[in-house]
Amino acid sequence: MINTIPIHYYIFLSAILFIIGAVGVMARRNAIIIFMCIELMLNAVNLLLAAFATLHNDSSGQIFVFFIMAVAAAEVAVGLAILSMIYRNIKSIDVDLLSRLKE
Amino acid sequence: MKALFIISGLGILAMLAEIFKFKRALYPLVLIGILAALVANFTEFNNNESIQAFNNMIRFDNVALAFSSVILITAFLWFILANDYFTNETSLTDHFSLVLFALTGALMLTAFSNMTTLFLGIEILSIPLYVLAASKKNDVKSNEAGFKYLIMGSFASAFLLFGIALIYGATGTFDLLAIRAKISEGMPLFFYAGIIMMLIAMCFKVSAAPFHFWAPDVYHGSPTVIMALMSTVVKTAAFVAFMRLFLVGFGSATSVWAMAMAGIIALSLIISNMTAAAQSSVKRMLAYSSISHAAFMLMGILAVNPIYSMRAILYYALAYSVATIGGFTVLYRVEKQSGNTYDDFNGLAKRNPFAALGMLICMLSLAGIPVTAGFFAKYFIFTALIGSTYKWLLVLAVIMSCVGVYYYIKVIIAMYFKKPTHQEPLLIEKSHTLLLAIAVVLVLVLGLLPNFVLSV
Repeated sequence: MINTIPIHYYIFLSAILFIIGAVGVMARRNAIIIFMCIELMLNAVNLLLAAFATLHNDSSGQIFVFFIMAVAAAEVAVGLAILSMIYRNIKSIDVDLLSRLKE
Repeated sequence: MKALFIISGLGILAMLAEIFKFKRALYPLVLIGILAALVANFTEFNNNESIQAFNNMIRFDNVALAFSSVILITAFLWFILANDYFTNETSLTDHFSLVLFALTGALMLTAFSNMTTLFLGIEILSIPLYVLAASKKNDVKSNEAGFKYLIMGSFASAFLLFGIALIYGATGTFDLLAIRAKISEGMPLFFYAGIIMMLIAMCFKVSAAPFHFWAPDVYHGSPTVIMALMSTVVKTAAFVAFMRLFLVGFGSATSVWAMAMAGIIALSLIISNMTAAAQSSVKRMLAYSSISHAAFMLMGILAVNPIYSMRAILYYALAYSVATIGGFTVLYRVEKQSGNTYDDFNGLAKRNPFAALGMLICMLSLAGIPVTAGFFAKYFIFTALIGSTYKWLLVLAVIMSCVGVYYYIKVIIAMYFKKPTHQEPLLIEKSHTLLLAIAVVLVLVLGLLPNFVLSV
């Protein structure tokens, strides 16, 4: 498959996904959507790694994808825990309300 | 290598303490464990052979052992500082294991030789810290600090990973030495994009401008002892990672990243020192000053001098960590009594002469006044950089050091020359007095015998 689709297509696709995710993190105000955008960025990386692993015929790239998935799951678990704690305190998950530290 | 096993084993043991009910014994156990890890480090030192593990993904050479010893010494001092952070019965074991796991990540970062261990080390270091930053559950400021740290941390990790993926695509390997060997063969354009993305991610992690905006907020909102941990142990670990990555991995592609790094250093120096001078809270001032110290350590990396860079950064990290821990000891007690603004330090010399003297020496060291360790730290960084093409940075760094002297001296003036706003004396418990004494002695000994560390 990788022989028919040039590697540049994969690079551009994951770069576009990554940029959409990065813009989302900066522009969106809902904390859950920010988490989703970070996941999108990480999945862009996963796609790129899997494509390169096939290109080089080397399995270490695919193993790395597993590491990323495991770590991303841990990160989101911690993130959602912090988020539910914030919700308990201010009854909202809008990040604009989180500006008490900007004095 | 043994240190890594001891610290991670201690972390697991700390979690078991909840089940097997030996919570009381945990604190001395952790202190003994860290000392044991330090001893293990010294026995492995200078064996002429680096210790490799996990299919050559971790390599404990002398550089790694020296830096992990600095991290362990700082962690030991930090545990003395943070003794009352570990008093809440319900969350005691969690806090211990989180800090110990963060330390495990820090030790991994000193010795990685593969992109996989770099990524895992950074995440093992960061994820416990997100929790620790938010560990004051009912304080919205602490929640906000943890949340911001998490978002910014994972954002930076995504950049790091994209950089790793691009570099893997160009070279077909994750191994640092193999990447270094391949650079000379000529690389596609996206390889250089990968280096720049990793540079951005690492600057996020060490909080260098213009990627520093999260740091003051996170530092300010976190509990003070956790801020002390973040600005010493975590910063040192992130710098070793930065140094290994760019000197070992990308050392032969300096033309790509050196210019960008020089710009980042110049920006960090100007922004951090100017903003630090305008702060009214000592805690926030220390947060900005830690960005300025990050810029100084980056200058060591920019020198790309295999011997001097490493030694200069090692000495700087040790001098900075010890003086910061000393400063935080006093700040922590003052904050507990009244608050963390400059006014709360007024007349400290009368309220507690010893604490004021300790703070004086730590501040002088951070400002880089001669005889203290901070002066030689800056001196070694400057000598490492003087041979390179970036001499204009030295001029800027010296000017900004003068601005730095202003805001450190402001603390000293408040302590010695202002009338106390609070009359009651500042009480410091015995362990903290001892810690402050150790920090002051270390700062002076390092300043008087700078070659002691450099001979390593």
